[in-house]
Amino acid sequence: MPVSSAIYGLFPGPHAAERATCALREAGITPERIVVISPEPFEEFSFSQTDNAGWMPWIAVCGGVIGGTCGFLLAWYTQVSNRLVTGGMPIVAPWPTGIVTYELTMMGTVLTTVIVLLISTRLPSWKPRLYDPEVSYGKILIGVLDPSELILADIENLLRNAGAEKIRNTDM
Amino acid sequence: MTAKTPEQMNQDFMRPMEGVSSRYLMVLACFVAVIIIGIMAFAWQVYHGLGVSGLRRPVFWGFYITNFVFWIGLSHAGTLISAILRIANATWRRPVTRCAEVITVFALSIGALFPIIHLGRPWLFFWLVPYPSERGIWPNIRSPLAWDFFAISTYLLGSGTFLLLPILPDLALVRDRSKGLRKKIYTVLAIGWRGTPREWHRLEKAMQIMAVAVIPVAVSVHSIVSWDFAMAPVPAWHSTIFAPYFVVGAIFSGIAALIIAMAIMRKLLHLENYLLPIHFENLGKLLLVMTLVWLYMVFAEHLTGWYGNEPSEMVVFWSTVTGSFSPLFIAMIVCNFIIPFPILAIKKLRTIPGCVVASTGIVIGMWLERYLIIVPSLSRKYLPYAWVTAPYRPTWVEISITAATFAAMPALFMLLTKFIPIISVWELKWGLHAKPEPEPVLAPEEVEVTV
Repeated sequence: MPVSSAIYGLFPGPHAAERATCALREAGITPERIVVISPEPFEEFSFSQTDNAGWMPWIAVCGGVIGGTCGFLLAWYTQVSNRLVTGGMPIVAPWPTGIVTYELTMMGTVLTTVIVLLISTRLPSWKPRLYDPEVSYGKILIGVLDPSELILADIENLLRNAGAEKIRNTDM
Repeated sequence: MTAKTPEQMNQDFMRPMEGVSSRYLMVLACFVAVIIIGIMAFAWQVYHGLGVSGLRRPVFWGFYITNFVFWIGLSHAGTLISAILRIANATWRRPVTRCAEVITVFALSIGALFPIIHLGRPWLFFWLVPYPSERGIWPNIRSPLAWDFFAISTYLLGSGTFLLLPILPDLALVRDRSKGLRKKIYTVLAIGWRGTPREWHRLEKAMQIMAVAVIPVAVSVHSIVSWDFAMAPVPAWHSTIFAPYFVVGAIFSGIAALIIAMAIMRKLLHLENYLLPIHFENLGKLLLVMTLVWLYMVFAEHLTGWYGNEPSEMVVFWSTVTGSFSPLFIAMIVCNFIIPFPILAIKKLRTIPGCVVASTGIVIGMWLERYLIIVPSLSRKYLPYAWVTAPYRPTWVEISITAATFAAMPALFMLLTKFIPIISVWELKWGLHAKPEPEPVLAPEEVEVTV
């Protein structure tokens, strides 16, 4: 969603940020337009519970299956392609093949987890996005993307009443 | 511990990254000098061949493979301990984990160098990679050395990402507090991390998955390293207990290395408010358990060999226990059990200095153990005509390369402390607000509005 402007408040702690997000939701601001940025996770507060990543382990399992399959095929192909005359005897050794398969299963899991994390969080991204370096000084940013001129003052009041220390408008 | 505000924490962890003192440069220069000597020794070996080392028939595995096993074992400090504590949700882990994960990545990288250093023609190291080659020479997938490649690659990838992912928020912290070129560099490194609930939640979820995945990988790595030996019909190597024996030894030496690294960091970086005596106390208890488990494994391993009374095994057994290797064997027992056990078992002695003394003994003892596993068995293989005529002695080349790797570890640590916070700042802050206090609401007139 291309964003042109935003209004946000910087809050000293999670309680004030919680009040602000509740007030914004009650005022009819859709969750997609509310931005929360915090210096550390606040999983015990509702403003931080807007994401469900329960599917991530399943994707990781799929990655593991793909990795394991690749490992098995590599080990199997490597052995059967050996120009060794075996008189028709089998040359694929199950235990070593199992070890290679196992290691590449885990590698697939790890790689998939990292890739899924990066894609789903849209990282890396160096495009200008709503952010304030004061977050790194312990503040919690609660903002609204693309606020219409009509409700700008209302949002400012909501943020102020919730306990914002600073309120800023920004164009991106 | 004095209660620290988040901002004080930021300052405490950013302080080591600001500037370098002359003392820092001097110490780093000493380590770099040792590393350079090691590199020169390696160049000497490459030019003149492996003959400049003390490796002679039948002892073809000496210091290099000892170091390989030792460093891979030491790498179990981090990711394994960090992952276990993360899964167990041990709150005291927060200041410990990054240091542990860094040890893993560095030790694993150093350890993985040794098979290459050990090669007669190291420039052909890529032949170790089990890929189907155009030369018609297919890698022997049945060799444990080929398994090593897969295991170490997987572990290095897993440990590296396990270390790097939770660094992202701290890189963003450094980015926000930097200026000029440094800010630009950290802007790139932080890859646009902001700290939205989605980012936090998915990072945490990814770390949980990685923690679950990395534990069996860590176990498999040292199992496979043990199978480099156990799969060979060499006296005192061909043992079913070798895999758990190696894994226990690896965790044992890993925890010891972690305690030493933490104590040095605490002192030099003034992290007394974060790395508390309780952290050393807990790790000391863990080390105590591992001391006993290690002794049990050594006893079981030696008892089985002794009770079997197989002649070739007994030759190795007696040469280790009472023969020419006995001084090293006794030193190993003293370093790994006699010294650390009372220190770690008696609460009054389980202080930070006590834990460091015990850990130093264990690190030395575990290096000796690796040496005693490798060299005596090769010196006394089945046929007496193949026994060594002159005992294996490392040359200056092997000693220099070994010393270089021991210097590389602290040097890498020193450099790292200048680039990233050595304690996970966000995790530590997160741990502090487990019981949030109600906060006062500012009066509307106190609010600053900027457009």
